Amino acid sequence: MSAATSIGPALPAVTGTPRRRRGRWNVPLVAGLTLFALIVLCAVCAPLLTSYDPIKQNLTDAFLAPGAKGHLLGTDAFGRDVFSRLLYGARVDLRVGVLAVISPFVIGSLLGLIAGWFGGWVDAVISRIVDMVIAFPFLVLVIALVFAMGPGTTSIYTAITLVGWVAYCRIVRGQVLIAKEQEYAMAARASGLPTWRILLRHLLPNVVLQAFVFSMSDIVLTLLAIVTLGFLGLGVPPPTPDWGTMIQEGQQFILDKWYMSTIPGLAVVLTGLALALIADGIVEKANK
Amino acid sequence: MTAPLLEVRDLHVDIPMPHGRLHAVRGVSLSVGVAESVGLVGESGSGKSLTLRALLGLLPRPARIVSGSVLIDGEDVTGLPAKQLHRRLTDTMGMVFQDALTALNPVMRVGDQIAEAPLRKLGKSRSEAKAVAIDLMTEVGIPDPERRYQLYPHELSGGMRQRICIAIALSTKPRLILADEPTTALDVTIQAQVLGVLRRLKQDENVGLLLVSHDLAVVSQTCSRLYVMYAGKVVESGTLLDLITAPKHPYTFSLLRSVPDPGHRVARLLTIHGQPPDLTDAIVGCSFAARCPFAEERCRQEEPVLEPVGSAPGTVIRKSACLRVDTAERWTAMVSEETVGQQ
Amino acid sequence: MKYLVYILKRLVSLIPVLLGISFIVFFLIRLIPGDPAATLLGSHATPAAINELRTQLGLTEPVWKQYLTFLGHLLQGNLGYSYVYNSPTVDLIKVSLPVTIWLLVAGTVFTLLIAVPLAVLAAARRNGIADNIIRAVPVVGLGLPAFWLGIMLILVFGLKLGWFPVAGYGVSIADHLRGIVLPGITIALTLSPILIRSLRASMIDVLSSDYIVTARAKGISTSRVVLGHALRNAAVSSVTVLGVNIAYLTGSTLVVERVFSLPGIGQQMINSILGRDFPTVQGITLTFAIMVVVVNLLTDVTHAALDPRVKLT
Repeated sequence: MSAATSIGPALPAVTGTPRRRRGRWNVPLVAGLTLFALIVLCAVCAPLLTSYDPIKQNLTDAFLAPGAKGHLLGTDAFGRDVFSRLLYGARVDLRVGVLAVISPFVIGSLLGLIAGWFGGWVDAVISRIVDMVIAFPFLVLVIALVFAMGPGTTSIYTAITLVGWVAYCRIVRGQVLIAKEQEYAMAARASGLPTWRILLRHLLPNVVLQAFVFSMSDIVLTLLAIVTLGFLGLGVPPPTPDWGTMIQEGQQFILDKWYMSTIPGLAVVLTGLALALIADGIVEKANK
Repeated sequence: MTAPLLEVRDLHVDIPMPHGRLHAVRGVSLSVGVAESVGLVGESGSGKSLTLRALLGLLPRPARIVSGSVLIDGEDVTGLPAKQLHRRLTDTMGMVFQDALTALNPVMRVGDQIAEAPLRKLGKSRSEAKAVAIDLMTEVGIPDPERRYQLYPHELSGGMRQRICIAIALSTKPRLILADEPTTALDVTIQAQVLGVLRRLKQDENVGLLLVSHDLAVVSQTCSRLYVMYAGKVVESGTLLDLITAPKHPYTFSLLRSVPDPGHRVARLLTIHGQPPDLTDAIVGCSFAARCPFAEERCRQEEPVLEPVGSAPGTVIRKSACLRVDTAERWTAMVSEETVGQQ
Repeated sequence: MKYLVYILKRLVSLIPVLLGISFIVFFLIRLIPGDPAATLLGSHATPAAINELRTQLGLTEPVWKQYLTFLGHLLQGNLGYSYVYNSPTVDLIKVSLPVTIWLLVAGTVFTLLIAVPLAVLAAARRNGIADNIIRAVPVVGLGLPAFWLGIMLILVFGLKLGWFPVAGYGVSIADHLRGIVLPGITIALTLSPILIRSLRASMIDVLSSDYIVTARAKGISTSRVVLGHALRNAAVSSVTVLGVNIAYLTGSTLVVERVFSLPGIGQQMINSILGRDFPTVQGITLTFAIMVVVVNLLTDVTHAALDPRVKLT
């Protein structure tokens, strides 16, 4: 504890409060957090907001217009309540989106830490793997992997982890290379602490910020990837509600029932906006 | 009496800051005659570079001109519409900067940068513009101009780059060159060559020079008349000879004393103690009072005005902004002694 | 000539990455849970058919030998055989690749048409109304799903206004041109926010530099200063950003082709996935990676051409 506080310097303004401008709100951060909290709240409270089952089909009530028979946003081709599917879809997509960022974040950061710190052949091997993976367009490789591993949430998590870690690895490796040359890292090394302790207690807290900032926009990209997989029919298997699947189902009826695709799309855009604002807010805070 | 080529009256420049504003130039007035070389001297932060930039309407953001007027050939151009004003100013004056590397566009051939104004502004054809550029390159002493025309800034030496900058400044056929510390980034021999180019321009082409520098040695090699600036104001003006032999303001005096003198074996570099005042605050009394060895109580309360000093017989009026200018004889004596001692 | 040598040198340096790409593509088949042959053929396949496919895929050999065989075939331009289409995979790709490249080019052109003027306007009138609106664009644009955007464009410009075809690529050049507009704009709308952000930032940087003051001191027109001096310099740093993102968004051609029914390799990949046509999926994945490598190479060459300070070594 005392070692950490005496050796590790605070990152500029992110951890320390003294330089924060008083009386001025971080508008993007507050707006983003509020919006995101609202969306999460809707997802969590889905059972309270709607009495319809998102999966239960009712073919006699198919294609109801918004408002008809108490269906706020109408029903889809199987007579399922669109509003319920939207809310329960948020549960699925948000959960997968956030969880699918965690493992790439952890694995990528650790490998980046190791590559940057040890250098030499370890770095060479890790960096070459990163070069290989990065040569593929993100979505293409994810789709190919999901295809190879078969449909399902586990495949999606695994595929996104296998492709997503490289970005974190690159970011953290770069930061470590800089931090390594700084005095606190030298001091920690000279103090004879075990390597794992230097890495985890002294280095990691100082290099992880950039990766964290990136992870905010990465959640957006991951959410988009999941929704896209759903749209292509490779995502969360039906009948589980998912925004991408909903957009895809609505596309066939786009001329008469434009809202079927538009509304779940707007849900994606709003969620993306909330996360992008949060990311912006964090960057602004970090740069202050 | 003919009007001077350029005259500035009561120029004020502000820089808005998070807390209040920085009053960087506080009522500067100066003039430059046709084919005259004038120096503007002061420490960094005295507002001399901002004054120079304001003359061309090229202040770095967010600095802005609050008030003041610029006269060209006695005609007040301040009221002209923005475009015409810019045209008028840039037609009259060209500018040379301190760091030639950053002052040149890194992705454009140096020759094209010189030829640009003749081509785009003076309406010359492509080949004429190129010929003009090559002439200018020869004029500022660049050997083998045809080959160097094709090079990029990073492929030239520092001295060559500054010559290119001078050629660019000349490419608009100006009658006055504004030079902002043009030799500070160069080593001494190159410095002398570049100053030589500027001096020759005045003699051969009748191009005037307004030179900004913190270095009295540089100014004394090129200029016949000086303005000394301190904390956003002109504190003394007069001929080079008058100023360096008989300063009438303690700041000028201290500046002279702080020049390292190669003639002396013992280093006599005397730095001025203390810091210039904070320009975000209103200054009460003389701005130099806090650092002035001769300051007395009234200097801290009364604001001195730039006024003619003595009854100088020449055409150039000496001016000084010092309440204790009457004691100037004592400092003069000290400087003269040293000058004599040196010979 | 100078550039040719540079490109050749770069190509040689790409060999390890290309090997890595081939390895990952090869490895895809190992990820199939259980017996790949059985999985690919589905539950109704006869053991004989499974055995035949297993031999066909080379799964009976040791892994290293499988990879070498795979690599050997690649070098001969053999990406496998599609049983679904009864055609060599290479031929399928040859037919659909031009459509995808055409889409990428159109997307890039539209991106430049949208992003450059907006970024220049925002930077030149910094903190003005236009700037504040333009700065909000990237934040909204980040979470925009390309396929949904495409559907919306179809709805408005295809169905309601009838300006552009709703789907398909047509047969004549004129059809191609009309058919590529909406897909191209879709790509551009997802790509421009990133470019606007980066170009605006570098324009602001450049506009405050000394050589812009030098240019302005010449008394030439503001438009000449902004376009001739500032934009050229800002482009130097933004071209790399654009390149990285084209490479990244190469993947979104896949979705856009799907939405607009364009017969490109992305559409082909989805169809092959749905048809469980493994060799074609593998071949197209490889093609996408090679496209990224090529885009990166083009980016470097463009960067070198724009910036004389870059040494061609």
